[in-house]
Amino acid sequence: MASDQTELPPPFQDVPTAKERRYDRQLRLWGAAGQMALEDTHLILINNGPGVTGVETLKNLVLPGIGQFTILDSSIVSEADLGVNFFLEPSSLGKFRADETVKLLMELNPEVKGHAIKEPLESFISQDKIFAPYTLILVTAPIDPAILSRIQLHAEALQIPTFYIHSVGFYSSFSIQIPPAFPIVETHPEPTATDDLRVLKPWPALQDFANQKTTGLETMSAHEKSHIPYVCLLLYYLEVWRANHDGKAPETYKEKAEFRDQYVRKGSPDEENFDEACAAVLKSLNPPTANSTVRAILSSPEATELTPTSPPFWLIANAIHKFYTTHNQLPLPGAVPDMKAQSADYIKLQNIYKAKARQDSAEVLTTVRELERSTGRAPKLAIDEKEVENFCRGAAHIHLVRGRPLQIVRPGEKVKFGDRAEDMLRELENPESLVKLYLAFLAWDEFVATHASSPEQAGGEGIRVPGDTDLGLEADGEKLTGIAHKLVDDLITEAGTRIEEPEYSEIREKVAAICEELVRAGGGELHNLASLTGGMIAQEVIKVITRQYIPVDNTCLFDGVESRAYVLRV
Amino acid sequence: MDRLLSRPGGFTEDEYEPGAIPISNIENFRVLVIGAGGLGCEILKNLALSGFRKIDVIDMDTIDVSNLNRQFLFREKDVGKPKATVAAEFVSRRVPSCKINAYVGKIQDKDEDYYMQFNIIICGLDSIEARRWINATLVGMIDMGNPDSLKPLIDGGTEGFKGQSRVILPTMTSCIECQLDMHAPRAAVPLCTLATIPRQPQHCIEWAHIIKWEEDRKDIPLDTDDPEHITWLYQKALLRAQEFGIQGVTYSLTQGVVKNIIPAIASTNAIIAASCCNEAFKLATSSAPFLGAPGTNNYMQYTGDSGVYTYTFEHEQNPACPVCGNLPRDLTINPDTTLQELVDSFAERPESQLKKPNMRTEEKTLYYSAPESLRMQTEGNLKRKLSELLADGEEMAVSDPAFAIDFRYKVRFS
Repeated sequence: MASDQTELPPPFQDVPTAKERRYDRQLRLWGAAGQMALEDTHLILINNGPGVTGVETLKNLVLPGIGQFTILDSSIVSEADLGVNFFLEPSSLGKFRADETVKLLMELNPEVKGHAIKEPLESFISQDKIFAPYTLILVTAPIDPAILSRIQLHAEALQIPTFYIHSVGFYSSFSIQIPPAFPIVETHPEPTATDDLRVLKPWPALQDFANQKTTGLETMSAHEKSHIPYVCLLLYYLEVWRANHDGKAPETYKEKAEFRDQYVRKGSPDEENFDEACAAVLKSLNPPTANSTVRAILSSPEATELTPTSPPFWLIANAIHKFYTTHNQLPLPGAVPDMKAQSADYIKLQNIYKAKARQDSAEVLTTVRELERSTGRAPKLAIDEKEVENFCRGAAHIHLVRGRPLQIVRPGEKVKFGDRAEDMLRELENPESLVKLYLAFLAWDEFVATHASSPEQAGGEGIRVPGDTDLGLEADGEKLTGIAHKLVDDLITEAGTRIEEPEYSEIREKVAAICEELVRAGGGELHNLASLTGGMIAQEVIKVITRQYIPVDNTCLFDGVESRAYVLRV
Repeated sequence: MDRLLSRPGGFTEDEYEPGAIPISNIENFRVLVIGAGGLGCEILKNLALSGFRKIDVIDMDTIDVSNLNRQFLFREKDVGKPKATVAAEFVSRRVPSCKINAYVGKIQDKDEDYYMQFNIIICGLDSIEARRWINATLVGMIDMGNPDSLKPLIDGGTEGFKGQSRVILPTMTSCIECQLDMHAPRAAVPLCTLATIPRQPQHCIEWAHIIKWEEDRKDIPLDTDDPEHITWLYQKALLRAQEFGIQGVTYSLTQGVVKNIIPAIASTNAIIAASCCNEAFKLATSSAPFLGAPGTNNYMQYTGDSGVYTYTFEHEQNPACPVCGNLPRDLTINPDTTLQELVDSFAERPESQLKKPNMRTEEKTLYYSAPESLRMQTEGNLKRKLSELLADGEEMAVSDPAFAIDFRYKVRFS
């Protein structure tokens, strides 16, 4: 027991700052590094149409403390806006929507800076290097596809992640364009997936410790026996098993179950540490090989063909690949799950794992330093030791997203699905897939591109969306469905196949019903769907900015009628 | 929105008449929102901008600075004020045509007459106890002769990048209690680990929280919102960790363990709250099929930490549900177990989670923790073996003063 004579740490040491208190619930997810990345961000929202989803997205980013945001929106606040946009108030009527939404969003967090641009999109986009100040771009539909293409080219050249968003009635979608190589180290796997104890490949220090703890297992006191850490039990019984099985460890499920029931369980019928050992058999008795996803990342071209300016991720990946080739295992993560044991034994065990993890990470670091020299890397680009340690810890769970350009309709030209055509066709045949909604939104964009209105109408800039007036409702519905049906046929043709009846007619009917729903909304947003979609997009923005968790690859659709989401790789 | 409600949709029923009817339905629909926190703020905003005009909100909490990263109706100057009032006033100011009544207090303060006024109830709660209470209350209100006694319950919850929303039609579809084991509490660390062999920073914190506080400050009620109290626990935990060579005790972890903090962000609240309100909107207007009709999907799980994944499915009613079912559950147990051991086990059984169980059979009272007179009369039974008190196959009812629920068990001796 702690004696009261021991000096207490000074009061209020480590007590959180005001900022840490405000952000406490999110820092528990993405930590100080994630928060810093968020605060270094300047996002621009190019807000078209009713613009509710864009503003709701910003609400979810201003609250956690994004650095700066800019809203580009040249429209004037109307009565209809007041009914659906929470970041406008009755006195906003007749004023610039950009000014009003920026003002009310900024009330949410005094740390965040907001800016409004009221210039029309056409003239804004014609300026040189216009996106240089921004680190992320959000664009909402409806937008002239020719302008969207120009935004996309800018974004591609500057490698700025870009989101293109639809929210119409009960439906929404967003597509993300990120660079072609978007690696993530901190993927935050489920805690249960990260245990890596290496019981099949113990190093001498671990084996020695296990031997020491299990010597005289049959004769030791019940108390002592019931406090042997389960890792040591597994190592002990593996030795016994190997002696009976020509030196081989249990490999098949059957052998592992036999090992559990006939070896470990026989040691004690009901002690907690033996229970833990039995429960760990199936997941711990696996060779420490990396899964195929990780192996593919480690040997991808970016990792094998290094340049003096390769991003740190790829140098470390190369070094870890070398480590893996040498040792046939990844660097040890070093964490030990809690297990029944005496305090001192558990701490010793923890230190054995930590020391090995440090040793592995040091070996990787040596390779990284060699690679820095051999690739002629400038000293100012030297890789931080912490980054290497971090990568080593998470090596078994790294992830790579291969970003692709946004798919944009070009009126008069067939939409091309390219190398995704066959996969998209399989999506079309899968009743669970929301690819039909995706095609309907593409058709909606094509309708927008080929129909102009007077500038005063909703959306401004001469854009007309299907169903915008009651008069043309039926005609618009037929046109939109016609475009969507043609997209279905084009996809089938590009995939070089056909879909038999009755599936073909069923697909056409479902597409037509979706188009009817889209026309019914007439380009209007339902607040609930805007808010829901703004929540999903904000989550994705946070993942892209912090490079933590795994972002959507690359298009997410939401169906508010059936209440479900679906992700497509387009 | 009015435009959408004035036109037929691709998925509406043939009898659906667009126009004035759905619009007036929604304006006259009375909604009760339980909770004005992360989900509640979003729910109130969403309802006001979906055409609902008669809303009540109930919450007993006051605003804390750690709420401001997501509860967007509150500002720094509001810290310490009641959530329900501030939230209601803010939304009514932004959307003047929407009237919101606030009640600051517990849901248990209100009786059936109060709940009977509403057409629908939407919950944005972080406590499973409150969910169980309102669920049992709404099931108990069902009167087969009065269709208005059926109050749909829409429930949302979040944790980090994940969440779920569901629609419950009391007695007709699966309720909160039907799958209580889905909300199983985390296994508690055994007291002996805390007292003698701590290994994790959490063990040191729980020791300070459960054991040391009782030893040193038992006359002061622990207030987990008081920074002085948390600092005290943190310092005691830190000393204990140093003594055992354990690393990782921090102020933030202390707070997290003691208050059982669940990470929460604005974006996830937005997704789940909007999903709940979208279902309320569809229910009130019939403008599209809603989740929760018997025999259809009634539950959406959302997972946002690896890509986006939703699982929308039908949670099925449990015939042995203590609230909406009518069958007793089998309880297989060793006849040599004492009644005391059985009483203790009810707190941990995932399907019951009762901290103060009272138990009786048709014949006799086995044990009551309150009132005092009954407790004294029955505490003698605690030491006795079950084989002396119950017959194999006998039915036993277990209840807890915290909930209006009787768990029925059929005892099976192993």
